[in-house]
Amino acid sequence: MVNNTEKIGWEVQEMAQKVALDIPDGAYVNLGIGIPEMVSGLVPEGREVIYHTENGLLGMGPLPPAGEEDPELINAGKKCVTAIPGACYFHHADSFTMIRGKHIDICVLGALQISESGDLANWSTGDEKAIPAVGGAMDLVAGVKTIFVISKHVTKTGEPKIVKSCTYPLTGKAVVDRIYTDLAIIDVTPKGLFVREMAPGVTMDYLQERTEAALHQYE
Amino acid sequence: MINKIIQTPAEAVADVFNGATVMISGFGEAGSPIELIHALIDKGARDLVVISNNTGSGHVGLAALIENRQVRKMICSFPRSTNSKVFPELYKRGEIELELVPQGTLAERIRAGGAGIPAFFTPTSVGTPLAEGKEVREFNGQLFVMEHAIRADFALVKCHAADRYGNLVYNKTARNFGPVMCTAAETAIVQARKVVEPGQIDPEAVVTPGIFVKRVVEVTNPADESKLVAEERRYPW
Repeated sequence: MVNNTEKIGWEVQEMAQKVALDIPDGAYVNLGIGIPEMVSGLVPEGREVIYHTENGLLGMGPLPPAGEEDPELINAGKKCVTAIPGACYFHHADSFTMIRGKHIDICVLGALQISESGDLANWSTGDEKAIPAVGGAMDLVAGVKTIFVISKHVTKTGEPKIVKSCTYPLTGKAVVDRIYTDLAIIDVTPKGLFVREMAPGVTMDYLQERTEAALHQYE
Repeated sequence: MINKIIQTPAEAVADVFNGATVMISGFGEAGSPIELIHALIDKGARDLVVISNNTGSGHVGLAALIENRQVRKMICSFPRSTNSKVFPELYKRGEIELELVPQGTLAERIRAGGAGIPAFFTPTSVGTPLAEGKEVREFNGQLFVMEHAIRADFALVKCHAADRYGNLVYNKTARNFGPVMCTAAETAIVQARKVVEPGQIDPEAVVTPGIFVKRVVEVTNPADESKLVAEERRYPW
């Protein structure tokens, strides 16, 4: 076995597991498209969590068995889903009343950049040639009570994603509460970024080298 | 006697004029009134401003309306997807306009339009490029951005069941923008999988009250958009 230092850190599944552990019994939760969707399958047994999808369903269930997909029962990523017993459907204005009106407890989203004051950039790299698309991300970060971000700690080219100030267009200002990366779990507080937990083999020095913003340790 | 039932999609969209503003329901294919959109392609009205969450898939439905060069401007929240090629290509060539609106702001602008509210303040988009040039005001120590209501000349909406008064029920997450769009258009035109007798929809279960609907056309077996896209079908056939 070659000791590959690149392998330090949690796998995506473990990152999603960490998020899932922080979702309490009884929470109303909205999961973003992609990796955040993994969280629903990892919430500990015994906790009842209700999933909201902004296209009009409260009580989203697991993926349907093959052959039982209904193209009129989908999630925000336009994938076919199911509805649990006790689910309800509603129109878009009601759905965003739930979001903007602070009725949803937790939203889990991906990120391009997060700043030390909790600014989030996750909808555009500002590339002039790209087709801009925002969906519900700005409404979610503006309205949901607690925002969890799940993301690799650095970009594919090794650039820090946790920065002093975002260079990409913002999704929202001072909106992120906690960041789950492959290397650490970090709280965004009025006093700056505080490290809650580090992956096995990660030290504060190792983490800080890969983070543009200053990191702090809890006493 | 009130009877909003129209026999064909073609008759239902016959008065959509050049330059009209048209709301089109749907979140992706769920709730997209594909037969009404195809009738609008046949009708040929041009220079349209279309309000819809997305910009269609493949070469059918909303994507075909755009491909047929009938749309001057899209107002939407998410104009691209894995199967969305028509809009991105026209946009890159500078041949179609885009007003990008956060999804909840889009829903609320339409809701406000239907409710007689000309503008409102929302926390969504404060501090982002989508708030640039808009009035920002502080309420209770928090900043909010002013957004204007949207109304339309027509709404094209898909539902599950309707009666001759225009009372509607929808199917699952295909409801999405349909109910608010019916309220915000001068003429809401609805395609329903089935038309039922008045009273057959439980009054407690009506989602869109008939007063918001002008025309209903029965389309018993609406096309399955993703199937058409997979088969690489194009409209006009």
